[in-house]
Amino acid sequence: MSIKPLPMRDVFLEKIWREMSVDSLIFFVSADFGSPVLDKIREDFPDRFINVGIAEQNLINISAGLAIEGYKVFAYAIAPFITMRCFEQIRVSLALLSEVRPMNVNLIGVGAGYSYVVSGPTHQCYEDITIMRALPNFQVLSPADHITTSFLFNSCVAANGLRYLRLDAQVQPAVYLLKPPVISDGFHVHNKSNSVCLIATGFMVHTAFKIEKEMSSNGIKLGVIDIFNITNFSKKNLKKILSQYSAIVTLEEGFRGRGGLDSMLFEFISESKLDLKTLSIGVDPGYSFELGSRDELHEKVGIGVQSSLKKIQPFVQTVMNKIKE
Amino acid sequence: MIIEPKHKINLKQKAAWIWRETLSIHRRAPETRVASSLSVIEIFTALYYGGVLKFNAKNPLDESRDRCIISKGHGSICMYPILADLGFFPLEELNNVCKSGGFLGGIPDPVIPGYETVNGSLGHGLGVATGIALALKTKKSDNSVFVVTGDGELHEGANWEAIMFASHHKLDNLNLIVDNNSISMLDYTDNIVSHSNLVERLTSFGWECVEVNGHDVAAVQSILLEKKNTKDKKPKAIIAKTLKGHGVPGLENASLSHIMNPKPELIDSLLEDK
Repeated sequence: MSIKPLPMRDVFLEKIWREMSVDSLIFFVSADFGSPVLDKIREDFPDRFINVGIAEQNLINISAGLAIEGYKVFAYAIAPFITMRCFEQIRVSLALLSEVRPMNVNLIGVGAGYSYVVSGPTHQCYEDITIMRALPNFQVLSPADHITTSFLFNSCVAANGLRYLRLDAQVQPAVYLLKPPVISDGFHVHNKSNSVCLIATGFMVHTAFKIEKEMSSNGIKLGVIDIFNITNFSKKNLKKILSQYSAIVTLEEGFRGRGGLDSMLFEFISESKLDLKTLSIGVDPGYSFELGSRDELHEKVGIGVQSSLKKIQPFVQTVMNKIKE
Repeated sequence: MIIEPKHKINLKQKAAWIWRETLSIHRRAPETRVASSLSVIEIFTALYYGGVLKFNAKNPLDESRDRCIISKGHGSICMYPILADLGFFPLEELNNVCKSGGFLGGIPDPVIPGYETVNGSLGHGLGVATGIALALKTKKSDNSVFVVTGDGELHEGANWEAIMFASHHKLDNLNLIVDNNSISMLDYTDNIVSHSNLVERLTSFGWECVEVNGHDVAAVQSILLEKKNTKDKKPKAIIAKTLKGHGVPGLENASLSHIMNPKPELIDSLLEDK
Protein backbone atom coordinates (compact mmCIF):
# COMPACT_ATOMS: atom_id res chain seq x y z
CA MET A 1 0.00 0.00 0.00
CA SER A 2 1.86 3.07 -1.08
CA ILE A 3 -0.58 5.58 -2.45
CA LYS A 4 -0.68 9.35 -1.94
CA PRO A 5 2.15 9.78 0.55
CA LEU A 6 2.47 13.03 2.54
CA PRO A 7 5.18 14.31 4.89
CA MET A 8 4.28 13.45 8.50
CA ARG A 9 5.54 16.81 9.63
CA ASP A 10 3.29 18.79 7.31
CA VAL A 11 0.23 16.71 8.18
CA PHE A 12 0.90 17.33 11.86
CA LEU A 13 1.51 21.07 11.41
CA GLU A 14 -1.62 21.41 9.30
CA LYS A 15 -3.66 19.85 12.08
CA ILE A 16 -2.05 22.14 14.68
CA TRP A 17 -2.86 25.15 12.49
CA ARG A 18 -6.52 24.10 12.24
CA GLU A 19 -6.76 23.39 15.96
CA MET A 20 -5.11 26.70 16.91
CA SER A 21 -7.91 28.56 15.19
CA VAL A 22 -10.52 26.96 17.47
CA ASP A 23 -8.45 26.44 20.64
CA SER A 24 -6.82 29.61 21.98
CA LEU A 25 -4.90 27.60 24.59
CA ILE A 26 -2.50 26.08 22.06
CA PHE A 27 1.04 27.47 21.89
CA PHE A 28 3.56 26.47 19.24
CA VAL A 29 7.19 26.90 20.29
CA SER A 30 10.01 26.26 17.83
CA ALA A 31 13.78 26.17 18.27
CA ASP A 32 14.31 27.98 14.97
CA PHE A 33 13.05 25.03 13.00
CA GLY A 34 10.49 25.44 10.25
CA SER A 35 8.53 24.06 7.34
CA PRO A 36 6.39 25.75 4.67
CA VAL A 37 3.23 24.75 6.58
CA LEU A 38 4.69 26.40 9.68
CA ASP A 39 4.56 29.76 7.91
CA LYS A 40 0.76 29.66 8.15
CA ILE A 41 1.01 29.21 11.93
CA ARG A 42 3.54 32.06 12.18
CA GLU A 43 1.36 34.41 10.16
CA ASP A 44 -2.04 33.54 11.60
CA PHE A 45 -1.13 33.17 15.26
CA PRO A 46 1.77 35.54 15.95
CA ASP A 47 0.93 35.68 19.68
CA ARG A 48 1.02 31.93 20.10
CA PHE A 49 3.91 31.09 17.80
CA ILE A 50 7.22 31.59 19.56
CA ASN A 51 10.65 31.00 18.06
CA VAL A 52 13.10 30.74 20.97
CA GLY A 53 16.07 30.64 18.60
CA ILE A 54 18.67 27.90 18.57
CA ALA A 55 18.16 27.27 22.27
CA GLU A 56 16.60 23.90 23.09
CA GLN A 57 17.09 24.23 26.85
CA ASN A 58 15.04 27.38 26.76
CA LEU A 59 12.56 25.71 24.40
CA ILE A 60 11.74 23.22 27.14
CA ASN A 61 11.81 25.73 30.00
CA ILE A 62 9.49 28.15 28.19
CA SER A 63 7.21 25.23 27.28
CA ALA A 64 7.10 24.10 30.93
CA GLY A 65 6.23 27.62 32.11
CA LEU A 66 3.46 27.96 29.53
CA ALA A 67 2.13 24.49 30.31
CA ILE A 68 1.83 24.92 34.08
CA GLU A 69 -0.15 28.06 33.34
CA GLY A 70 -2.65 25.92 31.42
CA TYR A 71 -1.51 26.19 27.82
CA LYS A 72 -1.27 23.15 25.54
CA VAL A 73 2.23 23.29 24.14
CA PHE A 74 3.75 21.88 20.98
CA ALA A 75 7.54 22.24 21.09
CA TYR A 76 9.24 21.68 17.76
CA ALA A 77 12.86 20.95 16.77
CA ILE A 78 15.11 18.39 15.13
CA ALA A 79 14.79 15.03 16.94
CA PRO A 80 18.30 14.62 18.45
CA PHE A 81 18.35 18.24 19.63
CA ILE A 82 14.90 18.30 21.26
CA THR A 83 15.69 15.12 23.19
CA MET A 84 19.39 15.11 23.99
CA ARG A 85 20.46 18.76 24.07
CA CYS A 86 17.92 19.54 26.79
CA PHE A 87 17.40 16.22 28.48
CA GLU A 88 17.72 17.50 32.04
CA GLN A 89 15.24 20.30 31.36
CA ILE A 90 12.84 17.62 30.08
CA ARG A 91 13.47 15.47 33.13
CA VAL A 92 13.19 18.21 35.77
CA SER A 93 10.61 20.64 34.48
CA LEU A 94 8.41 18.25 32.51
CA ALA A 95 8.65 14.61 33.67
CA LEU A 96 9.30 15.40 37.33
CA LEU A 97 7.20 18.55 37.69
CA SER A 98 4.22 16.88 36.01
CA GLU A 99 3.94 14.65 39.09
CA VAL A 100 2.44 17.63 40.90
CA ARG A 101 1.48 20.13 38.19
CA PRO A 102 -0.77 18.80 35.42
CA MET A 103 0.46 19.81 31.98
CA ASN A 104 0.14 19.13 28.29
CA VAL A 105 3.46 19.29 26.44
CA ASN A 106 4.17 17.56 23.14
CA LEU A 107 7.74 17.43 21.94
CA ILE A 108 7.76 17.09 18.17
CA GLY A 109 11.12 15.79 16.99
CA VAL A 110 11.68 15.68 13.24
CA GLY A 111 14.37 13.43 11.80
CA ALA A 112 13.93 10.01 13.37
CA GLY A 113 16.68 7.53 12.56
CA TYR A 114 18.59 8.19 9.35
CA SER A 115 15.99 10.49 7.83
CA TYR A 116 18.48 13.37 7.59
CA VAL A 117 20.45 11.16 5.24
CA VAL A 118 23.33 13.43 4.19
CA SER A 119 23.61 15.45 7.40
CA GLY A 120 25.55 12.81 9.28
CA PRO A 121 25.41 11.59 12.86
CA THR A 122 24.73 14.96 14.57
CA HIS A 123 21.38 15.22 12.80
CA GLN A 124 20.58 11.53 12.67
CA CYS A 125 18.96 10.03 15.72
CA TYR A 126 19.52 6.50 16.96
CA GLU A 127 19.19 7.04 20.72
CA ASP A 128 15.92 8.90 21.20
CA ILE A 129 13.67 5.91 21.95
CA THR A 130 16.12 4.72 24.59
CA ILE A 131 16.61 8.05 26.27
CA MET A 132 12.98 9.18 26.18
CA ARG A 133 11.45 5.92 27.33
CA ALA A 134 13.65 6.14 30.43
CA LEU A 135 11.44 8.98 31.68
CA PRO A 136 8.27 8.19 33.60
CA ASN A 137 5.20 10.25 32.63
CA PHE A 138 6.31 10.45 28.98
CA GLN A 139 4.70 8.67 26.05
CA VAL A 140 7.05 7.87 23.18
CA LEU A 141 5.16 7.91 19.89
CA SER A 142 6.74 6.63 16.70
CA PRO A 143 4.44 6.62 13.67
CA ALA A 144 5.23 4.92 10.36
CA ASP A 145 3.10 7.15 8.15
CA HIS A 146 1.22 10.43 7.98
CA ILE A 147 -2.13 8.82 8.76
CA THR A 148 -0.95 7.46 12.11
CA THR A 149 0.65 10.86 12.76
CA SER A 150 -2.69 12.53 12.15
CA PHE A 151 -4.50 10.21 14.58
CA LEU A 152 -1.80 10.70 17.20
CA PHE A 153 -2.28 14.46 16.98
CA ASN A 154 -5.88 13.99 18.13
CA SER A 155 -4.70 12.30 21.32
CA CYS A 156 -2.18 15.13 21.92
CA VAL A 157 -4.91 17.74 22.22
CA ALA A 158 -7.51 15.50 23.85
CA ALA A 159 -5.89 15.18 27.28
CA ASN A 160 -3.09 16.45 29.48
CA GLY A 161 0.14 14.52 29.24
CA LEU A 162 3.74 14.54 28.12
CA ARG A 163 4.52 13.08 24.72
CA TYR A 164 7.54 12.74 22.50
CA LEU A 165 6.54 12.29 18.89
CA ARG A 166 9.38 11.24 16.58
CA LEU A 167 8.62 12.03 12.97
CA ASP A 168 10.42 10.97 9.83
CA ALA A 169 11.87 13.89 7.88
CA GLN A 170 11.21 12.19 4.56
CA VAL A 171 7.92 11.32 2.89
CA GLN A 172 6.96 7.72 3.70
CA PRO A 173 4.36 5.56 1.94
CA ALA A 174 0.92 5.55 3.55
CA VAL A 175 0.27 2.39 5.56
CA TYR A 176 -3.26 3.02 6.77
CA LEU A 177 -5.16 4.26 3.72
CA LEU A 178 -7.70 1.46 3.79
CA LYS A 179 -8.00 0.83 7.50
CA PRO A 180 -7.12 3.24 10.33
CA PRO A 181 -4.56 2.19 12.96
CA VAL A 182 -5.84 0.97 16.32
CA ILE A 183 -4.62 3.99 18.28
CA SER A 184 -5.93 2.78 21.64
CA ASP A 185 -3.79 -0.39 21.39
CA GLY A 186 -0.63 1.53 20.54
CA PHE A 187 0.16 -1.07 17.89
CA HIS A 188 -1.45 -2.50 14.77
CA VAL A 189 -1.34 -6.03 13.41
CA HIS A 190 -0.78 -6.11 9.65
CA ASN A 191 0.08 -9.69 8.82
CA LYS A 192 -0.57 -12.80 10.84
CA SER A 193 1.23 -16.10 10.99
CA ASN A 194 1.88 -18.69 13.68
CA SER A 195 5.65 -18.82 13.74
CA VAL A 196 7.65 -15.58 13.64
CA CYS A 197 6.38 -12.02 14.03
CA LEU A 198 8.26 -8.92 12.91
CA ILE A 199 7.66 -6.02 15.30
CA ALA A 200 8.84 -2.70 13.92
CA THR A 201 8.48 1.01 14.59
CA GLY A 202 8.70 4.14 12.44
CA PHE A 203 10.54 3.79 9.15
CA MET A 204 11.36 0.15 9.89
CA VAL A 205 7.69 -0.80 9.47
CA HIS A 206 8.23 -0.27 5.74
CA THR A 207 11.37 -2.41 5.90
CA ALA A 208 9.37 -5.10 7.71
CA PHE A 209 6.80 -5.13 4.89
CA LYS A 210 9.58 -5.66 2.32
CA ILE A 211 11.10 -8.46 4.40
CA GLU A 212 7.68 -10.08 4.84
CA LYS A 213 7.09 -9.90 1.07
CA GLU A 214 10.46 -11.43 0.29
CA MET A 215 10.00 -14.25 2.79
CA SER A 216 6.44 -14.81 1.62
CA SER A 217 7.65 -15.23 -1.98
CA ASN A 218 9.77 -18.08 -0.64
CA GLY A 219 6.73 -19.66 0.97
CA ILE A 220 7.35 -18.47 4.54
CA LYS A 221 4.61 -16.47 6.22
CA LEU A 222 5.59 -13.92 8.86
CA GLY A 223 3.49 -11.72 11.09
CA VAL A 224 4.03 -7.94 10.99
CA ILE A 225 3.16 -5.55 13.79
CA ASP A 226 3.63 -1.78 13.69
CA ILE A 227 4.15 -0.51 17.24
CA PHE A 228 3.70 3.26 17.32
CA ASN A 229 3.28 3.81 21.06
CA ILE A 230 6.50 2.52 22.59
CA THR A 231 5.56 3.25 26.20
CA ASN A 232 1.79 3.03 26.54
CA PHE A 233 0.61 0.19 24.31
CA SER A 234 -2.00 -2.33 25.46
CA LYS A 235 0.10 -4.99 27.20
CA LYS A 236 -2.91 -7.26 27.52
CA ASN A 237 -3.70 -7.19 23.80
CA LEU A 238 -0.10 -7.52 22.67
CA LYS A 239 0.41 -10.47 25.02
CA LYS A 240 -2.65 -12.16 23.58
CA ILE A 241 -1.36 -11.75 20.03
CA LEU A 242 2.24 -12.73 20.73
CA SER A 243 1.20 -15.84 22.63
CA GLN A 244 0.31 -17.32 19.22
CA TYR A 245 3.94 -17.04 18.02
CA SER A 246 7.15 -18.93 18.64
CA ALA A 247 9.51 -16.01 18.00
CA ILE A 248 9.72 -12.28 17.37
CA VAL A 249 12.13 -10.10 15.43
CA THR A 250 12.38 -6.47 16.54
CA LEU A 251 13.26 -3.87 13.90
CA GLU A 252 14.30 -0.33 14.81
CA GLU A 253 16.26 2.48 13.23
CA GLY A 254 18.17 2.91 16.47
CA PHE A 255 21.09 1.25 18.23
CA ARG A 256 20.67 -2.47 18.81
CA GLY A 257 20.81 -3.65 22.42
CA ARG A 258 20.95 -0.18 23.93
CA GLY A 259 17.59 0.15 25.60
CA GLY A 260 15.45 0.90 22.55
CA LEU A 261 12.58 -1.05 20.98
CA ASP A 262 14.39 -4.38 21.36
CA SER A 263 15.01 -3.93 25.08
CA MET A 264 11.47 -2.74 25.64
CA LEU A 265 9.98 -5.79 23.93
CA PHE A 266 12.38 -8.26 25.54
CA GLU A 267 11.45 -6.82 28.95
CA PHE A 268 7.79 -7.09 28.00
CA ILE A 269 8.21 -10.74 26.96
CA SER A 270 9.94 -11.57 30.21
CA GLU A 271 7.38 -9.68 32.30
CA SER A 272 4.51 -11.35 30.42
CA LYS A 273 6.09 -14.79 30.78
CA LEU A 274 5.85 -15.36 27.02
CA ASP A 275 7.90 -18.21 25.62
CA LEU A 276 9.41 -16.54 22.57
CA LYS A 277 12.74 -16.71 20.80
CA THR A 278 14.06 -13.27 19.94
CA LEU A 279 16.17 -11.55 17.31
CA SER A 280 17.04 -7.87 17.36
CA ILE A 281 17.57 -5.90 14.15
CA GLY A 282 19.01 -2.49 14.97
CA VAL A 283 21.92 -0.24 14.14
CA ASP A 284 25.30 -1.74 15.04
CA PRO A 285 26.34 0.49 17.97
CA GLY A 286 28.85 3.03 16.68
CA TYR A 287 28.89 6.25 14.67
CA SER A 288 29.57 6.32 10.97
CA PHE A 289 30.47 9.22 8.71
CA GLU A 290 29.86 7.43 5.42
CA LEU A 291 27.66 8.98 2.77
CA GLY A 292 25.01 7.23 0.73
CA SER A 293 21.28 6.86 0.26
CA ARG A 294 19.20 5.86 3.29
CA ASP A 295 18.95 2.32 1.94
CA GLU A 296 22.72 2.15 1.43
CA LEU A 297 23.40 3.46 4.92
CA HIS A 298 20.93 0.96 6.35
CA GLU A 299 22.70 -1.92 4.64
CA LYS A 300 26.05 -0.74 6.06
CA VAL A 301 24.79 -0.63 9.66
CA GLY A 302 22.84 -3.90 9.45
CA ILE A 303 19.24 -2.73 9.16
CA GLY A 304 18.68 -2.71 5.39
CA VAL A 305 16.31 -5.23 3.78
CA GLN A 306 19.16 -7.45 2.56
CA SER A 307 21.33 -7.24 5.69
CA SER A 308 18.25 -7.92 7.85
CA LEU A 309 17.23 -10.89 5.70
CA LYS A 310 20.70 -12.40 6.18
CA LYS A 311 20.00 -12.54 9.92
CA ILE A 312 16.28 -13.24 9.76
CA GLN A 313 16.34 -16.16 7.29
CA PRO A 314 18.51 -18.51 9.39
CA PHE A 315 16.67 -17.40 12.54
CA VAL A 316 13.29 -18.24 11.01
CA GLN A 317 14.66 -21.56 9.75
CA THR A 318 15.81 -22.53 13.24
CA VAL A 319 12.43 -21.57 14.68
CA MET A 320 10.57 -23.56 12.00
CA ASN A 321 12.76 -26.61 12.61
CA LYS A 322 12.00 -26.41 16.32
CA ILE A 323 8.26 -26.18 15.58
CA LYS A 324 8.50 -29.29 13.36
CA GLU A 325 10.25 -31.17 16.17
CA MET B 1 -9.24 34.69 48.38
CA ILE B 2 -5.83 36.30 48.22
CA ILE B 3 -4.51 37.45 51.56
CA GLU B 4 -2.90 40.83 51.06
CA PRO B 5 0.53 40.90 52.71
CA LYS B 6 0.90 42.63 56.03
CA HIS B 7 2.42 46.06 55.48
CA LYS B 8 2.79 47.04 59.09
CA ILE B 9 4.89 44.11 60.15
CA ASN B 10 8.34 44.86 61.57
CA LEU B 11 10.45 43.35 58.82
CA LYS B 12 13.72 43.43 60.78
CA GLN B 13 12.18 41.52 63.65
CA LYS B 14 10.61 39.05 61.25
CA ALA B 15 13.93 38.50 59.49
CA ALA B 16 15.61 37.91 62.85
CA TRP B 17 12.96 35.31 63.73
CA ILE B 18 13.43 33.54 60.40
CA TRP B 19 17.21 33.54 60.92
CA ARG B 20 16.78 31.85 64.32
CA GLU B 21 14.28 29.34 62.95
CA THR B 22 16.55 28.51 60.01
CA LEU B 23 19.46 27.83 62.36
CA SER B 24 17.17 25.78 64.59
CA ILE B 25 16.08 23.66 61.63
CA HIS B 26 19.71 23.10 60.72
CA ARG B 27 20.48 22.21 64.35
CA ARG B 28 17.79 19.50 64.16
CA ALA B 29 18.54 18.49 60.55
CA PRO B 30 22.26 18.99 59.86
CA GLU B 31 21.77 17.50 56.38
CA THR B 32 20.34 20.84 55.28
CA ARG B 33 22.63 23.44 53.65
CA VAL B 34 22.48 26.36 56.00
CA ALA B 35 24.96 28.96 54.69
CA SER B 36 23.12 29.66 51.43
CA SER B 37 19.81 29.83 53.30
CA LEU B 38 21.16 32.52 55.63
CA SER B 39 22.14 34.86 52.78
CA VAL B 40 18.65 35.01 51.28
CA ILE B 41 16.51 35.64 54.40
CA GLU B 42 15.92 39.37 53.95
CA ILE B 43 15.01 38.82 50.29
CA PHE B 44 12.25 36.36 51.18
CA THR B 45 11.19 38.49 54.17
CA ALA B 46 10.70 41.49 51.91
CA LEU B 47 8.85 39.40 49.31
CA TYR B 48 6.47 37.62 51.67
CA TYR B 49 6.02 40.13 54.51
CA GLY B 50 6.81 43.40 52.78
CA GLY B 51 3.69 43.77 50.66
CA VAL B 52 5.51 42.71 47.49
CA LEU B 53 4.12 39.28 46.69
CA LYS B 54 0.42 38.42 46.36
CA PHE B 55 -0.18 34.94 47.69
CA ASN B 56 -2.90 32.75 49.15
CA ALA B 57 -1.65 30.32 51.79
CA LYS B 58 -4.97 28.44 51.81
CA ASN B 59 -4.97 28.02 48.03
CA PRO B 60 -1.31 28.18 46.99
CA LEU B 61 -2.12 27.89 43.26
CA ASP B 62 -4.78 30.63 43.35
CA GLU B 63 -4.89 32.04 39.81
CA SER B 64 -4.65 35.62 41.09
CA ARG B 65 -1.37 35.06 42.97
CA ASP B 66 2.00 36.39 41.94
CA ARG B 67 4.30 33.53 40.97
CA CYS B 68 7.44 33.11 43.07
CA ILE B 69 9.95 30.66 41.61
CA ILE B 70 12.64 29.64 44.06
CA SER B 71 15.44 28.47 41.82
CA LYS B 72 18.19 28.22 44.45
CA GLY B 73 16.62 25.09 45.91
CA HIS B 74 18.89 23.91 48.69
CA GLY B 75 19.58 27.51 49.65
CA SER B 76 15.97 28.10 50.60
CA ILE B 77 15.50 26.18 53.84
CA CYS B 78 14.63 29.58 55.34
CA MET B 79 11.40 29.37 53.32
CA TYR B 80 10.14 26.61 55.66
CA PRO B 81 9.54 28.89 58.67
CA ILE B 82 8.15 31.60 56.38
CA LEU B 83 5.61 29.32 54.69
CA ALA B 84 4.65 27.72 58.01
CA ASP B 85 4.26 31.12 59.69
CA LEU B 86 2.05 32.33 56.85
CA GLY B 87 -0.18 29.27 57.09
CA PHE B 88 0.85 27.26 54.01
CA PHE B 89 1.32 24.29 56.35
CA PRO B 90 1.38 23.76 60.14
CA LEU B 91 4.33 25.11 62.15
CA GLU B 92 4.81 21.66 63.70
CA GLU B 93 6.13 20.44 60.35
CA LEU B 94 9.33 22.37 61.09
CA ASN B 95 10.18 19.57 63.54
CA ASN B 96 10.00 17.01 60.73
CA VAL B 97 12.55 18.44 58.30
CA CYS B 98 14.45 15.58 56.63
CA LYS B 99 12.50 13.07 58.72
CA SER B 100 10.68 10.00 57.47
CA GLY B 101 7.03 10.80 56.87
CA GLY B 102 7.66 14.56 56.57
CA PHE B 103 7.56 16.54 53.36
CA LEU B 104 10.17 19.22 54.09
CA GLY B 105 13.34 17.75 52.63
CA GLY B 106 16.98 18.78 52.55
CA ILE B 107 16.11 20.24 49.17
CA PRO B 108 12.55 21.53 48.85
CA ASP B 109 10.30 19.72 46.41
CA PRO B 110 7.21 21.09 44.65
CA VAL B 111 5.00 18.94 46.89
CA ILE B 112 5.54 21.67 49.51
CA PRO B 113 2.63 24.13 49.42
CA GLY B 114 4.06 27.43 48.21
CA TYR B 115 6.73 25.97 45.94
CA GLU B 116 5.83 26.34 42.28
CA THR B 117 8.49 24.30 40.43
CA VAL B 118 11.30 21.80 40.80
CA ASN B 119 14.37 23.59 42.07
CA GLY B 120 16.92 21.14 43.41
CA SER B 121 18.88 21.08 40.18
CA LEU B 122 20.25 24.58 39.63
CA GLY B 123 19.68 26.83 36.66
CA HIS B 124 16.13 25.74 35.82
CA GLY B 125 14.05 28.34 37.63
CA LEU B 126 14.67 31.40 35.50
CA GLY B 127 13.76 29.68 32.21
CA VAL B 128 10.52 28.24 33.57
CA ALA B 129 9.72 31.59 35.23
CA THR B 130 10.22 33.24 31.83
CA GLY B 131 7.69 30.83 30.28
CA ILE B 132 5.26 31.65 33.10
CA ALA B 133 5.79 35.39 32.51
CA LEU B 134 5.02 34.90 28.81
CA ALA B 135 1.89 32.90 29.71
CA LEU B 136 0.67 35.64 32.08
CA LYS B 137 1.24 38.30 29.42
CA THR B 138 -0.71 36.24 26.89
CA LYS B 139 -3.55 35.81 29.42
CA LYS B 140 -3.42 39.59 29.95
CA SER B 141 -2.91 38.93 33.64
CA ASP B 142 -1.53 41.70 35.88
CA ASN B 143 0.25 39.25 38.14
CA SER B 144 3.99 39.36 38.45
CA VAL B 145 6.64 36.66 38.40
CA PHE B 146 9.52 36.70 40.85
CA VAL B 147 12.42 34.30 40.58
CA VAL B 148 15.17 33.95 43.16
CA THR B 149 18.49 32.51 42.02
CA GLY B 150 21.95 32.35 43.47
CA ASP B 151 24.85 33.92 41.60
CA GLY B 152 26.68 30.58 41.32
CA GLU B 153 23.84 29.01 39.34
CA LEU B 154 24.09 31.78 36.77
CA HIS B 155 27.04 29.79 35.43
CA GLU B 156 24.40 27.52 33.87
CA GLY B 157 24.01 28.60 30.24
CA ALA B 158 20.25 27.98 30.10
CA ASN B 159 19.82 31.10 32.29
CA TRP B 160 21.34 33.24 29.57
CA GLU B 161 19.03 31.75 26.95
CA ALA B 162 16.14 32.91 29.15
CA ILE B 163 17.76 36.30 29.81
CA MET B 164 18.00 36.95 26.05
CA PHE B 165 14.44 35.74 25.52
CA ALA B 166 12.86 37.80 28.32
CA SER B 167 14.20 41.14 27.10
CA HIS B 168 13.34 40.35 23.47
CA HIS B 169 9.75 39.61 24.51
CA LYS B 170 9.59 42.70 26.78
CA LEU B 171 8.56 40.67 29.82
CA ASP B 172 8.33 43.54 32.31
CA ASN B 173 6.28 41.29 34.63
CA LEU B 174 9.41 39.21 35.28
CA ASN B 175 11.61 40.09 38.27
CA LEU B 176 14.87 38.24 38.81
CA ILE B 177 16.40 38.54 42.28
CA VAL B 178 19.97 37.29 42.51
CA ASP B 179 21.14 36.33 45.99
CA ASN B 180 24.63 37.49 45.14
CA ASN B 181 26.62 35.98 48.01
CA SER B 182 29.57 35.53 45.61
CA ILE B 183 30.33 32.01 46.78
CA SER B 184 29.65 28.77 44.93
CA MET B 185 30.23 25.34 46.47
CA LEU B 186 34.01 25.22 46.30
CA ASP B 187 35.16 28.82 46.19
CA TYR B 188 34.33 32.47 45.63
CA THR B 189 32.71 32.80 42.21
CA ASP B 190 35.37 35.38 41.31
CA ASN B 191 37.93 32.58 41.56
CA ILE B 192 35.84 30.17 39.50
CA VAL B 193 34.29 32.19 36.67
CA SER B 194 33.79 35.77 37.74
CA HIS B 195 30.33 37.33 38.05
CA SER B 196 31.61 40.63 39.46
CA ASN B 197 29.93 42.67 36.72
CA LEU B 198 26.45 41.14 36.82
CA VAL B 199 24.76 44.55 36.64
CA GLU B 200 26.62 45.47 33.45
CA ARG B 201 26.02 42.04 31.94
CA LEU B 202 22.27 42.04 32.56
CA THR B 203 21.92 45.67 31.51
CA SER B 204 23.70 44.91 28.26
CA PHE B 205 21.19 42.08 27.71
CA GLY B 206 18.36 44.61 27.84
CA TRP B 207 17.32 44.19 31.46
CA GLU B 208 16.68 46.96 33.95
CA CYS B 209 19.16 46.09 36.64
CA VAL B 210 19.97 47.54 40.08
CA GLU B 211 22.14 46.51 42.98
CA VAL B 212 20.97 46.56 46.59
CA ASN B 213 22.32 45.60 50.00
CA GLY B 214 20.56 42.24 50.35
CA HIS B 215 20.66 42.34 54.15
CA ASP B 216 18.91 45.73 54.39
CA VAL B 217 15.38 44.38 54.37
CA ALA B 218 13.76 47.83 54.04
CA ALA B 219 15.95 48.63 51.05
CA VAL B 220 15.13 45.27 49.42
CA GLN B 221 11.42 45.83 50.07
CA SER B 222 11.53 49.31 48.60
CA ILE B 223 13.36 48.27 45.42
CA LEU B 224 11.10 45.23 44.88
CA LEU B 225 7.94 47.33 45.22
CA GLU B 226 9.35 49.91 42.84
CA LYS B 227 10.41 47.37 40.23
CA LYS B 228 7.19 45.37 40.49
CA ASN B 229 5.21 48.46 39.66
CA THR B 230 7.42 49.72 36.84
CA LYS B 231 5.97 48.66 33.50
CA ASP B 232 8.57 49.84 31.01
CA LYS B 233 8.72 46.80 28.72
CA LYS B 234 11.93 45.57 30.36
CA PRO B 235 12.45 42.58 32.64
CA LYS B 236 13.94 43.57 36.00
CA ALA B 237 16.96 42.21 37.80
CA ILE B 238 17.79 43.02 41.41
CA ILE B 239 21.30 42.05 42.36
CA ALA B 240 21.20 41.66 46.14
CA LYS B 241 24.69 41.78 47.59
CA THR B 242 24.67 39.31 50.46
CA LEU B 243 26.94 37.28 52.70
CA LYS B 244 26.79 33.52 52.63
CA GLY B 245 26.39 32.19 56.18
CA HIS B 246 25.24 35.65 57.29
CA GLY B 247 25.53 36.21 61.04
CA VAL B 248 27.33 33.00 61.93
CA PRO B 249 30.97 33.49 62.99
CA GLY B 250 33.34 31.24 61.07
CA LEU B 251 30.72 30.51 58.46
CA GLU B 252 29.98 34.00 57.19
CA ASN B 253 31.69 34.64 53.86
CA ALA B 254 33.94 31.56 54.20
CA SER B 255 34.89 30.21 50.78
CA LEU B 256 33.72 26.69 51.74
CA SER B 257 30.69 27.83 53.73
CA HIS B 258 28.33 25.92 51.43
CA ILE B 259 29.53 22.60 52.73
CA MET B 260 30.35 23.70 56.30
CA ASN B 261 28.13 22.88 59.26
CA PRO B 262 28.41 25.18 62.28
CA LYS B 263 28.93 23.20 65.50
CA PRO B 264 25.74 22.51 67.50
CA GLU B 265 27.19 24.32 70.53
CA LEU B 266 27.83 27.42 68.38
CA ILE B 267 24.25 27.35 67.10
CA ASP B 268 22.96 26.96 70.67
CA SER B 269 24.97 29.92 71.88
CA LEU B 270 23.84 32.06 68.91
CA LEU B 271 20.20 31.17 69.56
CA GLU B 272 20.62 32.09 73.23
CA ASP B 273 22.29 35.41 72.42
CA LYS B 274 19.70 36.77 70.00
